[in-house]
Amino acid sequence: MAKTLFEKIWDEHAIYQEEGKPTLLYVDRHYIHEVTSPQAFEGLRAAKRRVRRPDLTFATMDHNIPTTSRLLPVSDQLAAIQIAALEKNCSEFGITLFDLSSPYNGIVHVIGPELGLTLPGLTIACGDSHTSTHGALGALAFGIGTSEVEHVLATQCVWMEKPKLMEVYVSGTLTRGVSAKDLALYMIRKIGAGGGSGYAIEYRGDTVEGLSMDERMTLCNMSIEAGARCGLVAPDEKTITYLKGRRYAPKNNAFEEAAEYWRSLKTDPGAAFDKTVKIDAHMIAPQVTWGTTPSMVTEVTGVVPHPDDFVNSVERRAVERALEYMGLKPGTPITEIKVDRVFIGSCTNARLSDLEAAARIVKGRKVASGVRAMVVPGSQMVKREAEERGLAKIFREAGFEWRESGCSMCLGMNQDILAPGERCASTSNRNFEGRQGVGGRTHLVSPMMAAAAAVAGRFVDVREWVFE
Amino acid sequence: MHPFKTFTGLVVPLDRRDVDTDQIIPKQFLKLIERRGFGNYLFFNWRFDERGEPKGDFILNQPQYKKASILVARSNFGCGSSREHAVWALLDYGIKAVIAESFADIFYNNAYKNGLLLITLKPEEVDAIMRRATEGALYLTVDLEAQKVSGHAGLEYRFEIAKFIKDRLLEGLDDIGLTLRLESKIAEYEANMRAARPWVIPVKHSPKKAAQSV
Repeated sequence: MAKTLFEKIWDEHAIYQEEGKPTLLYVDRHYIHEVTSPQAFEGLRAAKRRVRRPDLTFATMDHNIPTTSRLLPVSDQLAAIQIAALEKNCSEFGITLFDLSSPYNGIVHVIGPELGLTLPGLTIACGDSHTSTHGALGALAFGIGTSEVEHVLATQCVWMEKPKLMEVYVSGTLTRGVSAKDLALYMIRKIGAGGGSGYAIEYRGDTVEGLSMDERMTLCNMSIEAGARCGLVAPDEKTITYLKGRRYAPKNNAFEEAAEYWRSLKTDPGAAFDKTVKIDAHMIAPQVTWGTTPSMVTEVTGVVPHPDDFVNSVERRAVERALEYMGLKPGTPITEIKVDRVFIGSCTNARLSDLEAAARIVKGRKVASGVRAMVVPGSQMVKREAEERGLAKIFREAGFEWRESGCSMCLGMNQDILAPGERCASTSNRNFEGRQGVGGRTHLVSPMMAAAAAVAGRFVDVREWVFE
Repeated sequence: MHPFKTFTGLVVPLDRRDVDTDQIIPKQFLKLIERRGFGNYLFFNWRFDERGEPKGDFILNQPQYKKASILVARSNFGCGSSREHAVWALLDYGIKAVIAESFADIFYNNAYKNGLLLITLKPEEVDAIMRRATEGALYLTVDLEAQKVSGHAGLEYRFEIAKFIKDRLLEGLDDIGLTLRLESKIAEYEANMRAARPWVIPVKHSPKKAAQSV
């Protein structure tokens, strides 16, 4: 029978199922971090249980860590306690930890692929909703809660109901200046912030095949902002080339053997999806969010909508509320919105190619006066490579702060936050109220759009700019 | 986890859609390493002003809703971050059931694993409850066994719930204990995996030593 990519991986990992109940699914990689794991270890200890597969479990510190110099101790006492708890838990249970002194430390969804831990055909779970990112390599990857983290630690399995499958088919060429982030935001606008609930999304079509691995990660990362727990792209030669030689990826014969299997991981012709969404890539302009969910988004050439544009009364109230929070008037052109802060970072857009794209815009230009802009690389490896390639210098010379890696201002668990009322162009994934700081106003954009906003002091259509 | 028992509770109407887990429990409270005490921080940025004083216009702060144990909201409740702290905060505050048009997937799982009942009703049913809870004190009886919520003046709605989730809630079972009964199947799977796809198991490396080349 013709199967989808998702079904092939699912069937391979399904251990047990009773009629009408979820499936017990084996987890090939369990990634953990300091914020959603302490209570899981506490539970494990209380029940005198062990970690079943420490060799398949990998830990990093990313959510609450400072992005200032690593030579200094962590000054936030609560954060320091959480960091110490992760160190203790990993050492007690024999789990590999990429701590703050490790050259491989970074955001969990950046280091998984770059270290070759994330591989096609694997099941991957992590106590973080953006685990969908790893689907870009053709893995079945999904976020879990802390109870499930404890469950995976103890059993290396998770109970999961098989989701429905959605095909997002993208064809055509993305215009110069339009990125995977714009494609993701465009899709979320089309299907809604809850439109993917209950689904796993497979991204297909010539546009998706043409995306780089980093771009595929951005796209899969944002699946959860449409409500879908996982997003996948079938592995291809690009995926295989990307993985070759990475630190934890299989080597030599094992790699060739694995690659042969990976090549079989494609949706068979005639396999059925429960839903299909078609997108024309060349229709997409740079996107800028104006509200407090990622689905409240429009083109950079557009205007802030009027609540009366929406027929449904619940939606109208949501828009009114969002505009009030965002301090925006209906009808304001997006390009007249001024920014105070710019954040280039997060598991969505802080990989090397994201920083390269932003640097192309920034090169030879200056951050507008009154704007505070920062770049937070996704990992220490990204940071080193960006420094070697001269990107850090471009950013610094333009007036950007160049930071240590971490989740930083994407969720503002460390000191990197917006002040009340501050408006930020951010390459992150969520524009929820208070996400980047109480009263802070977040506009989600691509790295190029964020870089241009930093220079212009307001949103601009990056397609009109001259860049290399 | 305690078994879920039929109860009657006061309904608080939170007339919003897409209530995300960042609102339910803001990030500044995710640094605690225990499961208790999150109720004080539930909807913190909506409940309290910058000086930490309760905001009078927020629905949970209105005196008539102080003792509420049922929350009603619109669609896509619990979207966003996977943080289970959101469920812990609702429970610790005293919320035993949430009624909405729809819930986000990860939040839904987190809820039933902690004994919080999520009730999905049709938009018009949610609308009716929302209206009546806004107009005056609305008490609803939640009967999971019979899969219905009911109140005075003939208000009664049936809801659907997967049987395994219903059984788990009614019995208050521990997931891990149940799974470990299948240990032999897990071990068998692992042995097969090692033979068929040995490359799945990563080679050990030091997390500290830098690679010669990437």
